[in-house]
Amino acid sequence: MRKSHSNGSRLINFLGSMHLAISLLVVLAIASVIGTVLKQNQPYTDYQIKFGPFWFDMFRSLGLYDVYASPWFLAILAFLVISLTTCVGRNLPGILRELRHFRESIQEKSLRAMKHQLGMTSTLNSADAQSVAQRILAKQGFRTRIKTADGHTVIAGMKGAANHWGYLLTHIGMIVILLGGGILDNGSLGIRIAELQGKLKPETRNIAAADVPAISQLPADNSAFRGSVDIPEGSHANIIFLPVRDGYLVQHLPFDVEVKDFRVEHYSTGMPKSFESDLVIHDKDLPKPLATTISVNHPLVYKGLSIYQANFGDGGSLVKLHLLPFTSRYAAQDIDGKIFNDYNLSSSDRKYALELKDFRLYNINDMTQPDGSTKKQNVGPSITFKLRDETGQAMEYQNYMNPVPIEGRSYYVSGVRSSPADPFRYLHIPVDPKGTTDRFIRFLSDLQDEKLVQESALETTKTSMQQAKIDNTQVEDQVIKSMVSLTAIFARSGSQGIMDEITKRFPKEKQAAASEAFMKVLRAAMEAVYQHTLKQEGVTGEPSEADLAFFDDSLMAIDKLSEYGSPWLIQMKDFKQIEASGLQITRSPGKDVVYFGSIILSIGVFLLFYVAHRRIWVWIKPLDDGQSEVILAGSSNRNHPEFERYFEKLQSLFQKTIGQDKR
Amino acid sequence: MSAQQNAIDALIEEPGFIRQLGLFDWLWASVVLAATAWVFMQYGSNMDSYEIGILSLSAPGLIGLGWFWKAFRPYSLVVAALSLLGIWLYGGSYANAEAVFGLKFLFSSQSAIMWMSALFVMATVAYFGGLLANSQFTLQTASAITWSALVMGMTGLMVRWYESYLIDPEFGHIPVSNLYEVFILFCLLTGLLYLYYEGRYKNRSLGGFVLLVISAAVGFLLWYSFERDASKILPLVPALKSYWMKIHVPANFIGYGAFALAAMTSVAYLLKANGEQHNPQGLAATRLPSLDMLDDLTYKAISLGFAFFTVATILGAMWAAEAWGGYWSWDPKETWALIVWLNYAAWLHLRFSKGWRGIPMAWWAVVGLFVTLFAFLGVNMFLSGLHSYGEL
Ligand code: HEM
Repeated sequence: MRKSHSNGSRLINFLGSMHLAISLLVVLAIASVIGTVLKQNQPYTDYQIKFGPFWFDMFRSLGLYDVYASPWFLAILAFLVISLTTCVGRNLPGILRELRHFRESIQEKSLRAMKHQLGMTSTLNSADAQSVAQRILAKQGFRTRIKTADGHTVIAGMKGAANHWGYLLTHIGMIVILLGGGILDNGSLGIRIAELQGKLKPETRNIAAADVPAISQLPADNSAFRGSVDIPEGSHANIIFLPVRDGYLVQHLPFDVEVKDFRVEHYSTGMPKSFESDLVIHDKDLPKPLATTISVNHPLVYKGLSIYQANFGDGGSLVKLHLLPFTSRYAAQDIDGKIFNDYNLSSSDRKYALELKDFRLYNINDMTQPDGSTKKQNVGPSITFKLRDETGQAMEYQNYMNPVPIEGRSYYVSGVRSSPADPFRYLHIPVDPKGTTDRFIRFLSDLQDEKLVQESALETTKTSMQQAKIDNTQVEDQVIKSMVSLTAIFARSGSQGIMDEITKRFPKEKQAAASEAFMKVLRAAMEAVYQHTLKQEGVTGEPSEADLAFFDDSLMAIDKLSEYGSPWLIQMKDFKQIEASGLQITRSPGKDVVYFGSIILSIGVFLLFYVAHRRIWVWIKPLDDGQSEVILAGSSNRNHPEFERYFEKLQSLFQKTIGQDKR
Repeated sequence: MSAQQNAIDALIEEPGFIRQLGLFDWLWASVVLAATAWVFMQYGSNMDSYEIGILSLSAPGLIGLGWFWKAFRPYSLVVAALSLLGIWLYGGSYANAEAVFGLKFLFSSQSAIMWMSALFVMATVAYFGGLLANSQFTLQTASAITWSALVMGMTGLMVRWYESYLIDPEFGHIPVSNLYEVFILFCLLTGLLYLYYEGRYKNRSLGGFVLLVISAAVGFLLWYSFERDASKILPLVPALKSYWMKIHVPANFIGYGAFALAAMTSVAYLLKANGEQHNPQGLAATRLPSLDMLDDLTYKAISLGFAFFTVATILGAMWAAEAWGGYWSWDPKETWALIVWLNYAAWLHLRFSKGWRGIPMAWWAVVGLFVTLFAFLGVNMFLSGLHSYGEL
């Protein structure tokens, strides 16, 4: 099928041309790359941050945030279909001819002109030569035609014509796939058209499905869609959400899906083994509700809709929270909360809104083992929430319910960050021997208690100065004063506060020395206060290893408190988990069409590569002496080296059976 | 006359395919069938219906392959024997991997893979050595080393398969499910493809080139297993628990392997062409096979790869339809598979219709390998997507 410019207009020639085909293949390949390097269908604000206003608009107008649904991309695919179709249409007649015609009326000179040809005189008469030749070709699996005209006979044989079917099936397969996928299953195309007609407008606000206006809703009989919905355990839904650029549409379902239960099963390693949901389909067409279980890789197909286990999350778990203030001025507070709800906190000077975001039952984290290796380990439930102050500024927190063991000691761990882009910074509050935060909190409030600090400062200074046999009340007062003030500063604003103090009070060259002295004094003071804290707890005498470790951990925690941004440690005391199952629900009428096309394509490709269309001609002319002149010639449309070998074999067979070489 | 007739008849006689099969072919067939039956009895209890289906299809597949490519028989017999030896050495306790000498140093999947790696590198050196020294003996040795590398590698995979069940029946799965395992698969398939063509064309001079790619893969494999201890056998994440995976991945890697082969024959082509131009007496010009053969080999490899890659991509789509709820989601991995496919489709078009040959096409095939490489590795490294395959 060489390109024939004879038939068809220029346009057809262009559309079916190899140039266009190859350009399209390459252009499509390049265009496809875009969507893989630029993460598709993200919230538009992310793109704005990433690219800035100018490029953001530029890229949006080019449809780069949803490339594969953008008009120009669909146009390329359309061209692909056109190119394929014209190509097939244009070649079909020729191919059918190829299949049917044996070319038995080929001329002697064109045979002699062929790359693969052999002329010989046969001792056999033409009739015998013909019958032998025929039998050979038959044995070799050729279908033959015979033509006898003006004194010579031509046996024309061919096999492997299926190769041309390969060509047809490959391209038809492509067409079928592209149409099935691009038209039948192309929900976004229909939406785009409806949008242009003003019949449809994606919703961009984050509002309840019930409040979504009719113009953002699609009826249940919509022919093709792919969307998702999160359904909490025990509740049900008859709609799903279709993402459209920076918004969504509400797609109604012809039935009602209820999630009875969602389960995650785990391997012994803690890795998830299976995600599955017990579903109940409520449909008036059903005699009784249809109960079934779906899991990843095992969807439910009902009424032409497929329901997949796609995702999971919290469905509004109930949590008991305890707000533990870091200052004795606030009272502790308890809250019965529900994930996704907001609560106004009043027990502090500044007002905060507490927004509960997420609950997690398992947190499989990489934990460093005593031996230094890291191992995946479940550190138990956690809650994620935001604290929003009057100005609207919010900090995000992730607090673990249970103490987390780290290198032999254990802590209440709370992560904090001011933007989702940042990683969490962690606050580690040491756990006292009773497994509570009591000691830490008492120590903290002791540090905030100026009178108490004063006394303990006095005490230690006295004892240490007696030991040092110094008697200088002036120095003593000096030391105690600074002890008190430094402790106050540290308790308020951590080591940063101390540093500021130093930079404020000393010239550069003195600062290093000063800070060293300050830290000594400060530490001495706080040790004294800590002694007192322990005493209250009933711990007397020399503090133990653990107590000292606790002291250091506490200082670290207090140091971080100034940036912690919350006046409370918000502890989860109890919970009732309610999960939500993330279902993806699709209707794709084109699926089977696409599969059919795929099968055609596969068959076609193999035929194309592994079958070659071979032709053999045997030209026989009787000679006067009862012998005959024979020409053997052949051609193949693919895999010529193979054919070369084959033709040599055939040659020798003919030489041995029909006659000796004449060349 | 009639005597002559019979002589002619004898000559013409073209025995049908079945009649051409000899004793060994039938022996082979019966061995495979017996083995399959045995596997059923041994492991059938651990297989789901799809695995059983796959196994029953792979039996005729193996028989056919053995009939088509004789050298494949001894290979698979040795692999089978060694795998069974490995399994037997385990004696049902994974602890033996460290305890039993035969496992610790030879047939535990880890050790076997290490042997494979070492042997592949040796083979690469040997092939180039043989080429430079123009020593047939060295080249034959190289082939032998390659075969043994393939034996160890395949044995390693087989034993790993068994190990996964040994560690915990719940973990059990065919080892084509993470980057570490498919890299081994890639080395094996590329090696086998090469050896097939080596036998077919009776020419060993390309071994070094092809094994260069394999050695590179081995390098990555070692880095990956030492740096990220990727050789650890982990259970499957839910998304990978699909029978589609079991055929999708191997089909894919036949494609990748063939494309890699094509790229390297193209490199040889470029060297040869360059050599013939600039110094006809040089090594490249004299030692490398003819341009025609290289071109033909490249075409054969690309078409083989393309055919399997087509099927693999389709299988992938069918899998995606069940795992993600859509046969095509324009997920980066999918999209790059398409890009690879389109790239070679364009290549084939040029060759088919324009009959393009020579240097530009050779360059294109080389570039094709990098596109393929990105689809198979780059995507996992640089792009995020639905594919739960080993993130790096
Ligand atoms: C993916 C989209 C494809 C498009 C748009 C396409 C388009 C075309 C076009 C326009 C032609 C020229 C027909 C002519 O000469 O009049 C052609 C020829 C051909 N295509 Fe494709 N094709 C595609 C896929 C494939 C695939 C996957 C294969 C399999 C390898 C293939 C194999 C061929 C062959 C063998 C020819 C005949 C070349 C010749 O002998 O002249 N095509 N194709």
